[in-house]
Amino acid sequence: MLTDSTGNVRFKTFSRRAAIVGGVQLVVFAGLASRMYYLQVLKSSEYQMLAEENRVNMRLLAPLRGEIIDRFGVVLATNRQNFRVLLIPEQTPEIEETLTKLGRIVELSETQWKRVLRDARRSPAFMPITVSENLTWENFAQVNIHEPDLPGIQPDVGETRHYPHGSALAHVVGYVAGVSERDLEDEDPLLKLPGFRIGKSGLERRLDLELRGSAGASHVEVNAFGRVIRELSKDPGTPGAQVVLTLDMDVQQFATEQLAGQAASAVVMDIHTGDIIACASAPAYDPNDFNVGLSHAKWQSLLDNPFHPLVNKAIAGQYPPGSTFKMVVASAAVDSGLIDPKQQVHCSGKITLGNHDFHCWKRQGHGFVDMQGALMHSCDTYFYETAKRIGIDRIGEMARRFGLGGTLGFEVPGEKPGLVPTRGWKRATTGVPWQQGETLIAGIGQGYLLTTPLQLAVMTARLANGGLAVEPRLVRSVGGQEAERSVAEPIGVSDKALALVREGMNLVSNSPRGTAFRARIKEPGMSLAGKTGTAQVRRITRAERDSGVLSNSEVEWRRRDHALFVAFAPVERPQYAISVVVEHGGSGSGVAAPIARDIMRRVLERDPTGEHGVGQTSAESARPNSGRES
Amino acid sequence: MVDAFFNSGGGREMKLRDKFFEFNWGFLLLICAIASMGIAMLYSVAEGSFDPWASRQAIRFGAGLVILFVVAFVDIKVWMSLAYPAFGVALLLLIAVEFVGFRGMGAQRWIDFGVIQLQPSELIKITLILALARYFHGLTLDQVSRIRFLIVPAVMIALPFWLTLRQPDLGTAVLIVVVGVTLLFMAGLAWRYFVLGGIGVIGAVPVAWSTLHDYQRQRVLTFLDPESDPLGAGYHILQSKIALGSGGVFGKGFMEGTQSHLSFLPEKHTDFIFTMLAEELGLVGGLTLLGLYFMVLMFGITVGLQTRNQFGRLLAMGITINFFLYVFINIAMVMGLLPVVGVPLPLVSYGGTAMLTLMLGFGLLMSVYIHRNQEITRTPAAFW
Repeated sequence: MLTDSTGNVRFKTFSRRAAIVGGVQLVVFAGLASRMYYLQVLKSSEYQMLAEENRVNMRLLAPLRGEIIDRFGVVLATNRQNFRVLLIPEQTPEIEETLTKLGRIVELSETQWKRVLRDARRSPAFMPITVSENLTWENFAQVNIHEPDLPGIQPDVGETRHYPHGSALAHVVGYVAGVSERDLEDEDPLLKLPGFRIGKSGLERRLDLELRGSAGASHVEVNAFGRVIRELSKDPGTPGAQVVLTLDMDVQQFATEQLAGQAASAVVMDIHTGDIIACASAPAYDPNDFNVGLSHAKWQSLLDNPFHPLVNKAIAGQYPPGSTFKMVVASAAVDSGLIDPKQQVHCSGKITLGNHDFHCWKRQGHGFVDMQGALMHSCDTYFYETAKRIGIDRIGEMARRFGLGGTLGFEVPGEKPGLVPTRGWKRATTGVPWQQGETLIAGIGQGYLLTTPLQLAVMTARLANGGLAVEPRLVRSVGGQEAERSVAEPIGVSDKALALVREGMNLVSNSPRGTAFRARIKEPGMSLAGKTGTAQVRRITRAERDSGVLSNSEVEWRRRDHALFVAFAPVERPQYAISVVVEHGGSGSGVAAPIARDIMRRVLERDPTGEHGVGQTSAESARPNSGRES
Repeated sequence: MVDAFFNSGGGREMKLRDKFFEFNWGFLLLICAIASMGIAMLYSVAEGSFDPWASRQAIRFGAGLVILFVVAFVDIKVWMSLAYPAFGVALLLLIAVEFVGFRGMGAQRWIDFGVIQLQPSELIKITLILALARYFHGLTLDQVSRIRFLIVPAVMIALPFWLTLRQPDLGTAVLIVVVGVTLLFMAGLAWRYFVLGGIGVIGAVPVAWSTLHDYQRQRVLTFLDPESDPLGAGYHILQSKIALGSGGVFGKGFMEGTQSHLSFLPEKHTDFIFTMLAEELGLVGGLTLLGLYFMVLMFGITVGLQTRNQFGRLLAMGITINFFLYVFINIAMVMGLLPVVGVPLPLVSYGGTAMLTLMLGFGLLMSVYIHRNQEITRTPAAFW
């Protein structure tokens, strides 16, 4: 066979070609090896990063929202355990059967049922689905006991915002609710967490960033299907800051109860520091409802309520100040030098300017009254005359010094500026020059004038503290850091004027002839000095005046007068100021003054900012907190 | 008795004991080393458990070794005489699979014999090599390049190509053609055929392309460049490249591969097992395996060169080339150099039929090696 010549040639050809094939294989393997080198050495770091991105998932952890407490440590907003029931589909052999069993313990609505089944279809089988939230402890305990019979059911405890005092603080603290599309302009990744709540109203909204804290993160290893294999690292984040308010919850609660059933508001403040002791607005709503999600019917009923429960009347209700404005006019008159407060004016029941009559509330007139008498009786004629003499400019200037006609930088969002009219304003808005008659009307706090109860309280505080520009402050500290407080500058009103006005207010409350004598505080050392106000809402026609003005009970609610009362106390050494406004309440002396008296008595009994007297601003730290709920 | 079976008579007789001495034990060690790496990786795939893959793969490898020994000791002339019948049977099975085969992995490939499931497309490659080797053994070098002698091998290649393409199993069909054409080359077919064939293929591509519909073209393009579809076909390749690349030089450590163990890597116990190996053992591990494979190839070519009969030479080369193609296609595929086709990594990927046909092939190679000094008369070709 070796002699087979073709065989030899065949073999040679084969050998040559085998070498070629072997060479090709070598080249190909070298190619594979260099590709491996390229991927595993040259590109390695890039692919290592991609592998890490694959493997590691960051999960945000919601920080605990900061608590809000009052000046004595009473909790106003906190986080409560939210007992809920989760379902893990892959651990459930038959979802419907498990839900039926669960339904015997926890009530499950048709919509909940459908939602669970829909979520189970849509999400991966290992992802827990929320079946029911905010269970009672009894229900939750029962679910725990029956857990072995409920495969895939997992009882879980989450956190939810809770307002222990419900509606009493709705307008101050506000509420939290789910994140809306618009909120997402904020870049904080926390907002994208399912179920995350942010402040939507009140201090919850104003201090949202401080209360929110910063997100924690958990780095977990996941597989290709997103299932968590293990936790690699965990950063719990920073819980939100604790916010301490100047409020005294006891007074706030008491004030809320006094206002119940009315569309009304009350503000109590420390005249020296501006600390808001109470800030109540009625009616209100339960902020806890917003947290869990308000039903459409409930929301609609809040909107339709004629008493406007969603409006914080203490800062956003704008009312003509009525006779409570007379202190401003009197101060302006004294400081103008044009008026001698001792000089008497004759009140015949009306004053005529041109062919217009301006009526005093007392039809038969007050006879001769000086300034203090006019305050005590709330004589309109005296102030028509005085306003006419000093002019609108001086009145407006004084009003602004007392804090009217502009916002005061209050921490709760939604503060309205009110209105102190000027000549320029009138021309700009109506195109008509200022009329002298309008000055007269402004003299008794009517016409274009608008004030908020907060402004009225500030006005009274500035009267009582010797003319210092105190500003209302509700937040004492955030996260242990005291809120900044500017030194109150003098507003520029003479002591003579202030003393005179204060004495006038004293007479209002403590002279048997004063308009608020019946609403005085009889306890020694607690007496208050106030001023009634009855702000007219409707126009009284000449015909009606001739036939006798209708009493408030004779007209429909919306057209009745607003009842106002402002006061400071104690008379001897003022410490607190209060304003009460009852919408369409009738008369200031009959409706607003008794409410203000009761609240003020409560304040004086508790004396939340310390001993009566100037300068005792932080004495409450010495007050024991025992006996209070916390 | 035994000798009678292992020797078909004629030529220099070899005793079974002689054959035992002739057996290349180094080669055995080589494939044991490769299989061990595979079993180790399957142990890792199962999160450190011999169940369900590693143990079964070890048993199959053991059974494969038995087959290898039996096949190796059978006289080469027996295999030569069985070449055509074996090819015929394989062809019939391939036709039968059309009717009784069932679909696995989306392609019609398997015949269930109750005891074992047979993949006729695996068998056809081995038997085609046998048949072509047998055929060219009978031709002189001059005859090889004559057209009329090319009709038979052309049919032998075209028939299984067409049948596997119908299954549809494009990967195997292409492998059949490449193995067949390489054997023609080894048999000594004149260069001009390859030049003409090359020109013909290149010329046909634009013509074929122009006749395709847009959606068909899109399908071809996605097949050729999977990364243009990163969420579909490209996802697996991308994940495979991430796994490989992130392994670096020394790997993430045995059983520490994140891509594999967290299921980012698809088919990690079968087609993508090389990726897992390279992720866990790094460039070092990958090159080691590649080196072992290269030694197998060199052994195969050396056997071909040393053998003194044309049948044995062509058989050795055919088996080597087949083996080479598997290794190349699989590794190139997982590294993103070739489109994803279902080709396992020889001796390493989990799979029964592949392992058994592979060991059958190695048995034949070893048989050629043992009988390398036997000369076989150039019997004239059976067909004209």
